[in-house]
Amino acid sequence: MWAILSILVENKPGILFKVTHLFRSRNFNIDSISVGVTENPGYSRMTITTVGDEKQVAQIVKQLDKMIDTVEVKHLDEHKAVYRELSIFKIRLNNANDSMEINKLANAYGAKVHDVKKDSIMVELTATPDQIKAFEDLARPFGILEVARTGVAALQRSGA
Amino acid sequence: MEIEMITEMQSMTGAKALMTAMEKEGVRQVFGLPGGANLPMYDEFARCDIRHILVRHEQSAAHMADGFGRVSRKPGVCFATSGPGATNILTGIATAQADSAPMVAVTGQVPVAMIGRDAFQESDIIGMANPVVKYAFQPRTAGEVPEAVRKGFYIAETGRPGPVLIDIPKDVQQNEEEMIFPDEFKIQGYHPWSDPDIVAVEKAVDALMHAQKPIILAGGGAIISSAFAELQAVAETLMLPVVTTFKGKGAFPETHPLALGPIGMHGHAEANKMMTEADCVLAIGTRFSDRSVGTFEAFEKRLKIIHMDVDPAEIGKNQTAQIAVVGDVRASLRIMVKILAQKAQSKAEETPWIKHVKETKAYWKENLKLHPGEMGAAKILRKLRELLPPESIITTEVGQHQMWASLFYDVIQPGTFFSSTGLGTMGWGFPASIGAKVARPDVPVVDIAGDGSFSMTENSLATAVLENIPVIVFILNNYSLGMVAQWQRTFYDRRMIGVDQGRCPDYVKLAESYGAQGLRAQSMDELDGAIKTALKSDIATVIDIPIDPEEDVLPFVAPGTSLSEMILPS
Repeated sequence: MWAILSILVENKPGILFKVTHLFRSRNFNIDSISVGVTENPGYSRMTITTVGDEKQVAQIVKQLDKMIDTVEVKHLDEHKAVYRELSIFKIRLNNANDSMEINKLANAYGAKVHDVKKDSIMVELTATPDQIKAFEDLARPFGILEVARTGVAALQRSGA
Repeated sequence: MEIEMITEMQSMTGAKALMTAMEKEGVRQVFGLPGGANLPMYDEFARCDIRHILVRHEQSAAHMADGFGRVSRKPGVCFATSGPGATNILTGIATAQADSAPMVAVTGQVPVAMIGRDAFQESDIIGMANPVVKYAFQPRTAGEVPEAVRKGFYIAETGRPGPVLIDIPKDVQQNEEEMIFPDEFKIQGYHPWSDPDIVAVEKAVDALMHAQKPIILAGGGAIISSAFAELQAVAETLMLPVVTTFKGKGAFPETHPLALGPIGMHGHAEANKMMTEADCVLAIGTRFSDRSVGTFEAFEKRLKIIHMDVDPAEIGKNQTAQIAVVGDVRASLRIMVKILAQKAQSKAEETPWIKHVKETKAYWKENLKLHPGEMGAAKILRKLRELLPPESIITTEVGQHQMWASLFYDVIQPGTFFSSTGLGTMGWGFPASIGAKVARPDVPVVDIAGDGSFSMTENSLATAVLENIPVIVFILNNYSLGMVAQWQRTFYDRRMIGVDQGRCPDYVKLAESYGAQGLRAQSMDELDGAIKTALKSDIATVIDIPIDPEEDVLPFVAPGTSLSEMILPS
């Protein structure tokens, strides 16, 4: 299963290292990670997506919870959370039509187009990882030159 | 008096604040070795009542602190300098972490401005130690020291205990600041205990009462929480046979009619046998380690598992439990005792299961084949047991002798047997025995050793002699790395590589060269005399007991197999 973990930590140096190290030493995978300060400057929120069976995910949550630097650890239900990732694609322009085609594709996904050059174009897409993957599949025939992704940021919906 | 004075704000150096804060925690002694980066804190020993016990290698300082911590249940403290001093204690820290022992390790560090510049004797000990500590602090200003010490001791000894590292840059030790010694503090992400769920305990009682073949498996957690009386009450009320893990050895008196001893790779035959036949297990403070349960799948079959543990992350980590009780296991067992009293559950009748357990126990007592020679491991260890008072404390090294101790040395008084069970650190037993003796100077402390393991930290003899800490080192000497040799005999077609230690050194002369007492026992009569002499002596004593290098530890459950597949002596 794919799981989104929302981890509130004290905003102190070295904690990102400890959290990622926990995944390594316990033989868990990090699929993506994003970190940023929260509404309270004393805390950071890490959003980590991981893959594992139910037992493994439960064990990751417990091990994270046990860490003294973590204040709150939640396994988010993806149906009851808003989760997004920002991605930037640099795509090759092979001929005169490509620019228009990629613009159309970007529009369909609600993505923004940047830095149009003779040979390449950049597209910024904020979406769920599934949508980003779908976009990537459609962009691949043009030739994807470079990709940068932020990892997922997520919050539980109110009342959920 | 000094302590009262400084409850008010007072200006002092970080080093002075460290010692003052430790005095407030009740620290009476520190095991350590000085160096450039911890000299300011060492200078404070001249101005405080804390005793310094000098070691010859920092690893031993950590093991001494560990031994002290396990016996006293208060964090033992070790000091090391930066760089190699700090890396030398890593094995000791990892050992304490693997066995949940309370410890505070304090290291010197290069000055703050030098950190990250590959300075002389700089090591990123915080980064290196992170995976093997319960928590680590690196105060960056002198004023942060008192709180780091207060929180460090609290974290080390509460909940599931463990080692805490406090790494103090040299300038932080030297700088003077106004100090506040906090009485109250908050650690937001730390919840060491939760109240046991009474409903879960009730379910556990029901499960045990309705089971045909119930059993108790007591782990190290039962010893750490001193749940001895509660464990015995539950076992006797419900007439449950008790097996333990190796770490849990002696959580329950091994001379008790319901005691079967440790299960596991070198568990007692009767314990392994009954464990595999049981239909319901009350597992208390154990992580179901591979060395204890063999293959997990075989262990799970037909077995209803009730798991009590203080650490919620242990529930379901290695073994799925049908009933889980999270909380201090002593508190959980107390609730169980109370529920049993309310149910007016008197001593159960002798069930067919208990009858079978007793028969099995009697059978193996008669029929386990032992080494035929005069100086077989079983005879040696039973002689030691016979001559030691029940309250004596045992530590062990790691290897064959350790497993023989598990098999043949019966713990009478609960909580008097300690070993490096999780990490399996050779060299642990001797320095740990020194720490144990410092915690309990009133009782005999014996390190059951092998020659290979003792070699690793034998220079602690200097500490034992000069600091007047009279422990007994009891070496079952087979002139080899015996456990590895046994595996080479068993699994590698007798290709003996790298296991022969030769007749080197002469342990009697080695002991004498340190000013300790060295005795050799080559017969049971000599052994009897040597043990009695050692017990009467007020200096550290090494007893060298040559044994047959070919003697194996049996029974043996090969790695990756189930407890039902014991290899027995032929």
